[in-house]
Amino acid sequence: MSKLRVGITTLVSLFASFSVFAETGIDEKINLAVKPFADAVAGFVFSSFSVAGVPIPFVLVWLIVAATIFTFYFKFINLRAFKHGFELVRGDYHDPEAAGEVTHFQALATALSGTVGLGNIAGVAVAVSLGGPGATFWMILAGFLGMSSKFTECTLGVKYRNELPDGTVSGGPMYYLTKGLAEKGVGFAKFGKVLAVLFAIFCVGGSFGGGNMFQANQSFAQLVNVTGGDASWLADKGWLFGLIVAGLVGLVIMGGIKGIARVTSKIVPFMAVVYVTAGVAIILMNYSLVPSAIGAIIDGAFTAEGISGGVIGVLFQGFKRAAFSNEAGVGSAAIAHSAVQTNRPVTEGFVALYEPFVDTVVVCTITALVIIITGTWDPSVDPGAGVQLTSTAFESAFSWFPIVLTVAVILFAFSTMISWSYYGLKSWTFLFGENKFTDATYKLLFLFFVVVGSSMQLGAVIDFSDAMIFAMAFPNLLGCYFLLPVVKKELNEYWDDYKAGRLVKTRVS
Amino acid sequence: MSSVLMVGVDGSTCGERAVEFAARRAKNSGARLYITYIIEWSPFTFSTAMENAERHQRREEEIQRAHSEIVDPIVDRLKAEGLDAEGLVRHGHVADTLNSLAKSKGVVNIILGRQGTSKLKAHVFGSVGSRLVQSAECAVTVVP
Repeated sequence: MSKLRVGITTLVSLFASFSVFAETGIDEKINLAVKPFADAVAGFVFSSFSVAGVPIPFVLVWLIVAATIFTFYFKFINLRAFKHGFELVRGDYHDPEAAGEVTHFQALATALSGTVGLGNIAGVAVAVSLGGPGATFWMILAGFLGMSSKFTECTLGVKYRNELPDGTVSGGPMYYLTKGLAEKGVGFAKFGKVLAVLFAIFCVGGSFGGGNMFQANQSFAQLVNVTGGDASWLADKGWLFGLIVAGLVGLVIMGGIKGIARVTSKIVPFMAVVYVTAGVAIILMNYSLVPSAIGAIIDGAFTAEGISGGVIGVLFQGFKRAAFSNEAGVGSAAIAHSAVQTNRPVTEGFVALYEPFVDTVVVCTITALVIIITGTWDPSVDPGAGVQLTSTAFESAFSWFPIVLTVAVILFAFSTMISWSYYGLKSWTFLFGENKFTDATYKLLFLFFVVVGSSMQLGAVIDFSDAMIFAMAFPNLLGCYFLLPVVKKELNEYWDDYKAGRLVKTRVS
Repeated sequence: MSSVLMVGVDGSTCGERAVEFAARRAKNSGARLYITYIIEWSPFTFSTAMENAERHQRREEEIQRAHSEIVDPIVDRLKAEGLDAEGLVRHGHVADTLNSLAKSKGVVNIILGRQGTSKLKAHVFGSVGSRLVQSAECAVTVVP
């Protein structure tokens, strides 16, 4: 109860501090007002138990255990369906009669644009600076295991999606938790409803946190960084940046200016390619350092000298950043993937395997290698936290890169915000009903948090963002456990057809 | 045995000329006519989650609009002239989709209007006519 009271009072004082709007110190006021609330939420979600003196957050165990169980339950689906997933993305099994509908490629690209972004740039930097190079090892492992979680939730997302009367398609954990569990009996129906409501509440919170404040915060940090750091004119004008970004996001989500979103959705993949290419170039330029970097990653994963919490501490950082980056088990991807055109839900599960793979195993690993090779992760260098660390690492090879990175970061942040505003809105309307008033209320709140996020300091924002996003995994994965047999049935039927050659291949390669 | 002709239309006057040309031939030979409109679409584009959610509905709207504004008026006119005509609307790459549709409908000749595109535009984006001439598995007639 006291936590709730703290939350309410901080929210009230937050609004108060906004109405004052004094010329100086607005950022500081916003930060002071929100921090206690953010800390309280983070403290609750990351409540940990102690193993041999090392605190282990329960939510992390929850994610790892689920991903591992799913991997074994589906007999390493993350590896054995890898090739078939690629064939589906490439369109080998595309039905020509369905031309014009959402393809597997488009569903995957949309989901990826919601996840590839700051987690891959800033999150990895946080993991390596706090956990050392060894965190990378656990991050990659978490990426591989996370593929099985994505497979499960995205299959369910498509299977239990809703086709609304206005012709739009809408899916996600809210729907599979209610509809899927209701199939198991009356008691389960109530249980599913509770889980779905919990998920929707956390998803709204996550859309304000990781999907919004964290994005605004980090893109602003990078902008200040390239315009002169603390001496920059922008340094204490986070609220101003926030207002501008909120205006642009508002144009898209409230004004229905789809052009902006459409342009962003085309530039973002291009920026991702530029980022990956630059990363690979730096790795190739320093190819002689690659073996020692890989050595540091593997050694660091099991020895962890000087890292707080020892090996468990390293593992924690790696898994945490991987989960935050690819969102496997969190349930958000199930919303993005569910609009695909297919009559075999499990096909989208195969395609979804590529999300953690591209996001974590490929992009995060490239970032980590660049940070380790360039030596910027060393605590004695101290180039700053989050995205600044990655920026410094890339700058050491290409002096002009921080500017490219700034553009990339702001665009990634923007597209992630647009994606999360959709996830949050779907959860919000699931809770409060679909009408113009609830719709507008959510969108205004979302824009408000853009400003708040730009004004807060990184620590408080990261803690709050992590907390809300990870909280989504509790109801989501709990429901997934009960729905595993449903996925298995879909998988087995499909896999038999696939192996027996009963599927229509429309493109012979 | 009467033959089957397919006309690719795009709502322009060039498409109209192709229709007139095909209609004259159909009158003489009693051929069946497919009036086809292809909505340019690629399976490998990027879109937002909101767009994906609305995609199914948009697709229906696009097909309906193509029918009501372009294809159906032509088909009705041809039918009124006593010809055997049918309208088709599909999504896809224009030349490739015309080709595969022609194959599945047993078409012997695809008839297109010449596009008035500039050299540069044709060079960058490719022209439907020349692409089709190179890839089609039946005769292609380009009406000037």
